[in-house]
Amino acid sequence: MTSRFTTGLLNRPVWFLWIVLLLCFWVAAWAGAVPVTADDWRVLWRHEEPLTSGAYVLWNLRLPRILFAALVGAVLGLSGALTQGLFRNPLADPGLLGVTSGAACAAALTIVVLAGSGIDIPIAWRFWVLPLTAFAGAVGVCLLLDTVARWLTADSIAGLLLTGIALNALAAAIIGLCTYLATDEQLRSLTFWTLGSLAGGSWSLVAALSLLLLAAIWYARRLVGAMNALALGEAAAAHVGIHVRHLRRCVIILVALLCGFSVAWCGVIGFIGLVAPHIVRLVVGPDQRRLVPLAMLVGAIILLVADTTARIVAIPAEIPVGIFTALLGAPFFLALLTSVRKGG
Amino acid sequence: MSFLNMSQDDLAIIPARRQFLLQAGALAASVCLPQSLWAADKKSARRIVSIGGALTEIIYALGASQELAGVDTTSLYPEAATKLPSVGYARTLSSEGILALAPNHVIATEDAGPPAVLRQISAAGVPVTILAANDKFEGVLDRVARLGTLIDRPTQATQLVEKMKADWQRAREPILARKSPAPRVLFILSHSPGQVMVGGKGSSAEAMLHYVGAQNAVQGFDGFKPLTPEAVIAAQPDVVLFTDQGLSIVGGIDGVLKLPGVAQTPAGQKRRVASLEAMFMLGFGPRMPQALTALDNALLKVMST
Repeated sequence: MTSRFTTGLLNRPVWFLWIVLLLCFWVAAWAGAVPVTADDWRVLWRHEEPLTSGAYVLWNLRLPRILFAALVGAVLGLSGALTQGLFRNPLADPGLLGVTSGAACAAALTIVVLAGSGIDIPIAWRFWVLPLTAFAGAVGVCLLLDTVARWLTADSIAGLLLTGIALNALAAAIIGLCTYLATDEQLRSLTFWTLGSLAGGSWSLVAALSLLLLAAIWYARRLVGAMNALALGEAAAAHVGIHVRHLRRCVIILVALLCGFSVAWCGVIGFIGLVAPHIVRLVVGPDQRRLVPLAMLVGAIILLVADTTARIVAIPAEIPVGIFTALLGAPFFLALLTSVRKGG
Repeated sequence: MSFLNMSQDDLAIIPARRQFLLQAGALAASVCLPQSLWAADKKSARRIVSIGGALTEIIYALGASQELAGVDTTSLYPEAATKLPSVGYARTLSSEGILALAPNHVIATEDAGPPAVLRQISAAGVPVTILAANDKFEGVLDRVARLGTLIDRPTQATQLVEKMKADWQRAREPILARKSPAPRVLFILSHSPGQVMVGGKGSSAEAMLHYVGAQNAVQGFDGFKPLTPEAVIAAQPDVVLFTDQGLSIVGGIDGVLKLPGVAQTPAGQKRRVASLEAMFMLGFGPRMPQALTALDNALLKVMST
């Protein structure tokens, strides 16, 4: 009975993953340094003064953060699935399109050059400058990459990959130079930025990212069919009437906006974009129509679990989340790999 | 219709997202939270979270250690501080973790972050004070005085400042009276065997070297930079100075001599390697006068060999 129920669930991975995600939400909302009681949940409709510490932490810090973690995870899963589909290469991740290095490069230049130039930025703006420049850097480098690759290597996707490697190396060199030139204080800001963290999650970011993700999902639905055709090869896709050049541009813009946003606000969170689509592919196969939404759910689950672990393992301290995305995700992925290979 | 591209499963996502979004928006509007109970705690016993080894040392020296609710991982002195709840590395703080200690004041050095976490803590009604410092003795005195005011220990702070000034005077006298030429000292900071940094102009190590009447052998660059063999040979240091931690990481004196370039310098040929505990030597806390004497003695000892 139980086994039939579980197989039934596994045949409907979307429902299965939604249940897992909701369970993770439940655990994440209860777990943390400050104890939360059932009463703290009710403050939403029973305005009580003054708020208990549990209610304050729950509604102002913990809930926005776990929602933000799940949204960022979904964004990374979506971008990973689209990038791998575009490159027709399971080793591709959004970083190959220059998102991460572009954002990091812009952040490093902002911290070292802009701050060093003595331009006085109003205090109210200071908080926004870094995420905005990082976002601009991510999108800018992605579009530059597409344009340069098209100019140098016609419309070849392999050319895009190679140009991406070259541009990434160039960005890394600029980051290295900035690190070398940075003063101790600037180096400190750079460290804050590169250590990926979801600590900044707030309701306004959650709202902004949900809108962006919603728009991206709506847009991605039109692309997935064409992506399936592209899996047969660029020439084959062109023969069935897919405008490969247009598709490529669309995917790059989508990935640049999504990953750019997440990198700008959370710093570098690796691994999810690469592995979430793989996990899904092992279970449901390469059909992009199923792969893309499931990769989003898997990405959301991995990042939510990793961030919750990072929050609660060393209370009252916190451990960088990047450690746990890989620490929890990699063994799971390996286990899935063995079981699928054996079963198949 | 573009829905045709989607399988039935995929459609489930969109309405749920939309609903969730509405909830998020409603929450943002409805939970306009006032300053919470942390702010109301002012009258009860003070609970401080201290982020920065030097600040923790000062708080202990002012006799306010019972008010400490938590410290960061750089608070290693005195020994008792390591028994307090640790809020982790100063650059990866957790807002919820710190709030869970129910503090009514967070005092930090400018190293503390990420900035978003500090903002969240002060938004929760817990004042966050950043006490910046420079690598000068006067800066340390100033920090002691400001911290004394912050935690209502102005008398103790004045006494501590007076005592530190007297100790400083005593530590500086023999150095100022000395006529021997200033030794050229190369300061090496090492967190791992592969990552060896040298203290250049304006580094905290240079400040200590100047107070002790020594000369920083490296003048070509600012701050800490990776060690290059040629720069080490060109610097011709008489002494190589380490932190205790760094010295054990590179493998003691024999390990130092194996570092590229060191064997070709006067310091390497005469095995003149000195080391002091990192937070003691470069903490710029209340033990600074003692650190000065200890550094002076360590340099005199290796120079006499």
